[in-house]
Formats: sequence, C-alpha cells, structure tokens
Amino acid sequence: MADTAKVLVVTSGKGGVGKTTSTAALGAALAQAGQKVVVVDFDVGLRNLDLVLGAERRVVFDLINVVQGVAKLSQALIRDKRLETLWLLPASQTRDKDALTEQGVASVIKELRSKFDWVICDSPAGIERGATLAMRFADTAIIVTNPEVSSVRDSDRIIGLLDSKTERAEKGLRIEKHVLITRFDTQRASRGEMLTVEDVLDILSTPLLGIIPESEEVLRASNVGSPVTLCNELSAPARAYTDAARRLMGNQIPMTVPTDRKGLFDRLFGRRAA
Amino acid sequence: MAFVLTPVEPIANWLAELDKWRRTSPDFFVGRPIILDLGGVPLSENAIGELIGALAERTIRVMGIEGADPDLLGPSLPPLLKGGRATGGDIVPTVCDAPKAVPVAPARAEPTSLLLETPVRSGQTIIFPNGDITVLGSVASGAEVVAGGSIHVYGTLRGRAMAGSTGNAAARIFCSKNEAELISIDGYYRTAEEMDASLRSRSVQCWLADRVLTIAALD
Repeated sequence: MADTAKVLVVTSGKGGVGKTTSTAALGAALAQAGQKVVVVDFDVGLRNLDLVLGAERRVVFDLINVVQGVAKLSQALIRDKRLETLWLLPASQTRDKDALTEQGVASVIKELRSKFDWVICDSPAGIERGATLAMRFADTAIIVTNPEVSSVRDSDRIIGLLDSKTERAEKGLRIEKHVLITRFDTQRASRGEMLTVEDVLDILSTPLLGIIPESEEVLRASNVGSPVTLCNELSAPARAYTDAARRLMGNQIPMTVPTDRKGLFDRLFGRRAA
Repeated sequence: MAFVLTPVEPIANWLAELDKWRRTSPDFFVGRPIILDLGGVPLSENAIGELIGALAERTIRVMGIEGADPDLLGPSLPPLLKGGRATGGDIVPTVCDAPKAVPVAPARAEPTSLLLETPVRSGQTIIFPNGDITVLGSVASGAEVVAGGSIHVYGTLRGRAMAGSTGNAAARIFCSKNEAELISIDGYYRTAEEMDASLRSRSVQCWLADRVLTIAALD
C-alpha cells in the first residue's frame, strides 16, 4: 500500500486563490472515483478545510495533537458523511504554525501513506513554516493560480521552493508539478482583462492539470459545507474538478473550459487549451 | 612553465650577479621562455628597453613582461602578461618538469560558464562571478541572475539580469524575449520603465557603449 500512495500538496503562495476549495473538490472527486483519500489541513491557526467539508462540528483532535503525540491518528481522522472513502485530518485553530515539527509531520505523513491511496495536503498561504512543511514530503504538487499577475508570480516563487526545499528535491529526485488555473473567465481573458491560459503556462513553464471556470457555484458549495464536486455534480466547476482528478489518476482527458451557460456566445469562446 | 626573472635595484648589481650565475651554467637560458617581472623596480620605458637589450646580449630572450605599467610598454617591447605565477624573488630560476608549457593563462580547474537547464524562479538569485551564465528557460519576474561575464537567456527574461558584476564593462546581456524588470552591466543599469517600449517582447542584446547602457533588438 505504502508504495502506491501519493502525497499531493495543494499550494499557491498567494492567499485566496482557491487552495482549500480545490483540495476539497479534488479530494471528493477522487473519493467519488472509489479512491481512498485523506485531506490534511496544514493551515494551523486559520483552518478552513473543516468548514468547506462541513465537518467543523465533529473536530475533536487535530494535526498538532497527532504531531505532538497527544492523540492517535485514528482519533483525529474524521470520515466524511457523504463519501465513505474521504477522510479529513483537521488543523488546530488555537495553535500557530510553530507547533509543527518536521519530524512530527514526517511520521504523520508516513502513517497516512500506509492507510490511504491519496494524501492531499492543503497548504497555508505564504512561504513560511506552514507552507514549507505542507510541501516537504509531497510527491506531487498542485499549484493553484488565478489568471492574474500577482498570483502567477507567487506561484512561480512556490515552484522554486518545491524544486529546492522538498525532501524529494533534496534527494535529487523530481517533484511532479501541475498548474491548476482557478477563477478563469473565458470571455474576460479573450478581452484581455485577464491573463490567458497560454500566458500563465508560458510564465510558469509547468504542465496544466485543469482550468476551473469562475462560478457562483463555488461560493454556494463552500457556504453549505460541501465540496463543489458533491454539491452540484453537473455544474461547470464540478466537471472541471472531476476532469482534473481523472488526469491525476493518469487518464487522458482533453482540456476544456466547461461552462454553465450554453449560449452561442459561450460556445464561440469555449476554446480548448493545450 | 616559463622562468621568471625578477630584477632588483640597483640593476647593474643585479646584472653582475646574473653574470656570475651564468658563468657556472652558461647554457641555462638558451631556448627557454623567460618572463621579466618588473613589479619590484620602477623603470621608465627607456630603462626597460635597455634592460631587455642587456639581457639579449646575455642570450636571454624575454617573451613577456609582468608587473609593469601597460602604458610604458611600446610596440617594440614584449607584451604585458597577467596571471603568470612568480617563482619567488630569487633571480635563480627554478626548473620545472614541463619547460615547454606556455606561461600565459594557466589552466584553471573552475569552469568559466554556468549553464542552467531549468527556469529561474521568482525569488531565486543565481550568482556566478567567474564568467557567463546561460539560462535555457526563462528568468521569472522577481528572480535575479548575476554574472561576472555575460548573460544569455534563451527563454523570456522577466526578472533582473546583472552582467559584468565584477567590473567587466565588456560583458553583454542577450535574451530571446525582453520583459526584464532591470538590466545592468558593470553597475550601469536601466529599469523596465526606462526602456524603449519598442524593445519590449522581442529578442535584444544589451552592452555598454562608452558607459551608456545600450539595448538593441536582435531581429
């Protein structure tokens, strides 16, 4: 089991670009495909993943408790009520990121590897301790980026850290990296009000995992405490996340930007991205 | 390895001592490359010429001069050398195993160029004082590349490039697409705002023309 488990980190550098939403949506999409998934909240002190998954009232123990040996992993893991192969390891809201130790995180990740197919670490924003520990033991990184210059530059910074500060990088191995573009608006990009997909990929020179369209569904889903892939499976962002999750599992899915509206105008601009 | 002769003042006494030494081994200097280290004696152009003439009379042919003011060395005198290693202040030369080796530019172990096969990411600084840097990918916004020699970027230069950082005004910067935040050669710099808009988003080279940082399109 341990040799097939994949540790993913969902990271971005910049805050508010959709790391937690993407972690929940991809975790749920993988679980919907029958994979055994745990999502781990590394945003100690500012936890949100429990809310987005609707598990906030069931948190007893958290990542810090497990890292410090106060609680066992099995006591801290929370199983999703809708998807029985989706689990959450919440962060502590009362502590800060200094409570995380590298050794502690290493042993928790090692134990999770032996129990799950996918370990998805939701990184905090920034490039400090919380973010570096979240990526430290990852095999694969998903860099969440908005089509906007400050987000893209921060993502580039994070890619530099992934290539130097992770355990795989220090061992001289490659860390697999994917860009996930979120809050993408095809029409605004075509009018030049946003960076295009080509712009983002040119700057980051990293393969694309998916393009998540800007949608009201994302906010609605997170307010009802449900990953968008569960809340409304047929919505455009849900289809985009499901496609991204299938690509993670190694399937070849053509890259499209799903849309909610089916007008002629959207079809005209609903182009494909390499 | 060449032999280095290091004259000391007064020159006449030094030549007398050289003669005394030549009497014991008359053919020592025949056919050997000799370098004259003038670092210890302040001589005029004429005095240097006379000294070289005096050595020529003793069948000592000087192939290069070290430690002299380059302005003093006219075309009739041997060229100025740099980087040759002195064998000490003694006039008695030391014999080495490979007398045929050329004295200039002794082989260095350190490489003089740095090749980066991966993009330079935002926040990274690459410093290479020993020579040129070649970047196969792009240099991101917020990244810095600092070279003692020239800088070549085959992707897009979006960050900063500083060439000739160790005082080399002949260094240049080349990039296949110029979106640079700042370029600098030997301390002379220009920010993105000070660049002509017509030079953006195309391949350019940058050099110092009479202490003015100049940028020109390559295509």
